[in-house]
Amino acid sequence: MLEAVADLYQQFLSGLPEPASLLIDFVVTLFPKLLDGAFVSVQLLLLSGVVGNVLALPVALARVSRNPLLRVPSYLFILLMRGTPLLVQIYILYYGVGHILGQIPLVRSSLLWRHLDAFWYAAAAFAINTAGYSGEILRGAILAVPHGEIDAARAFGMSKGLILRRVILPQAIRISLPTFSGETIALLKATAIASTITVYELLRVTNEAYAASYRFDECYISAAIVYIALSYVLTRAFYFAERQINKDRLPPSDRKAARPLESLRAA
Amino acid sequence: MAEPSYIELLGYGGPNGWGDDLLWGAWETVQVAACAYAVGIVLGLIGAGAKLTGRRAAFVVSDIYTTVVRSVPELLLIIYIFYRAPVALQALARALGSDAAIDLDPFLAAVAALGFIVGAYTTEVFRGAILAVPTGQMDAAKAIGMSWWLRTRRILLPQMLRYAIPGLGNIWLGTTKEAALVSVVSLNELMNAGKQAAGGTKDYFFFYSIVGLCYLVITIASMAGIARLERWSNRGVRRV
Repeated sequence: MLEAVADLYQQFLSGLPEPASLLIDFVVTLFPKLLDGAFVSVQLLLLSGVVGNVLALPVALARVSRNPLLRVPSYLFILLMRGTPLLVQIYILYYGVGHILGQIPLVRSSLLWRHLDAFWYAAAAFAINTAGYSGEILRGAILAVPHGEIDAARAFGMSKGLILRRVILPQAIRISLPTFSGETIALLKATAIASTITVYELLRVTNEAYAASYRFDECYISAAIVYIALSYVLTRAFYFAERQINKDRLPPSDRKAARPLESLRAA
Repeated sequence: MAEPSYIELLGYGGPNGWGDDLLWGAWETVQVAACAYAVGIVLGLIGAGAKLTGRRAAFVVSDIYTTVVRSVPELLLIIYIFYRAPVALQALARALGSDAAIDLDPFLAAVAALGFIVGAYTTEVFRGAILAVPTGQMDAAKAIGMSWWLRTRRILLPQMLRYAIPGLGNIWLGTTKEAALVSVVSLNELMNAGKQAAGGTKDYFFFYSIVGLCYLVITIASMAGIARLERWSNRGVRRV
């Protein structure tokens, strides 16, 4: 069955019949390579996602600050990150800053220089970019926390730090989670841009597999399938996290669904 | 020979001036983005219509379209469509019985690739905007005997557009930035002009920063335009 479909597909593409076994063999040997690339993509995603979102907190706090010395730089940073293409940012960092760093003898001779390959430039660019995007999301979420709650916390005598930690942030995270889910998928897609600065992530591996085989559709459609699978896993994970965080707010009929393990045990 | 100054590097023409190349690149970027945006709006109207007609097959096709575009990297889609569009066109010509060799202009292939991506996002915006128009109005229009096209044109589109403009504005901002990605498939737009200038002078940091600045100018100008458009589309609507 599979072979018949593959045969038809080949004929449709090239007009020339190709033994289906060849195509299947090719895809079977291609997938492990793609998964290696996907592993690097996921590393980039996790590293820059975690670092970027941690950096997003000070960016967001500076953005809502009353002090213009904090507010204005944060505003400009967010504008710069959101107003220019990520491709340009990554080029500025990898070629621009990398070139400048390479001219400093002290940096060049240091041990770090040898380990500073394209992967780290890409991760840094993604992290900084994420700090800008997530900072803006977090800012909106912080402003959406009802003001009465902050007044109440203040009336209790809570310090600024305590209010932030106990009242503002838990709610801001809850509010921003759906948007944050979309941002993470966008970051996964953005990791493909690292292929342009020679990082061996999924798209780079795909490009090279194509260059070695000239099988365009097989390579790129397979890579697309891997990306779709990764996005699907991420979407489900965020959906699950959202249900967990909002457990106390769901209508009673939905509460059981929010704890899939428990409903399994009951059944 | 003395190092050319930064002002000279950005000069218009001359042996060391890259200003004209960058300016033409920026113009090309705006053109690609604008054409892709137009394609995307048409695709989005079709896609949103397909999602809302109630026909299962149409919904499934449109849903697969938006899901794929939203989970596959833009760069991969651009590479795929850019190289596949001419082949697909050739196959179409062959199927129609023509032997003519079709040579698709890289600009049009880039527009097709970018437009395909934009269409998925506009589909979602239009879908939401159409759903925001009260259904009773379309029923009333039907009841007084308006044809499908007349009530779409007079009732649905004008009201839907008001809801769609903020989302469409965001998509436009995204499109200008995604247009930088078509530099990967060799089109002489802003990003590639910057690459050539940076490679030719080895002044990477300077030229990529200038390129970034150009994109920032495009973004800020667009934001001002979108704000005006939003004000215009909301004229006469009570502010809550």
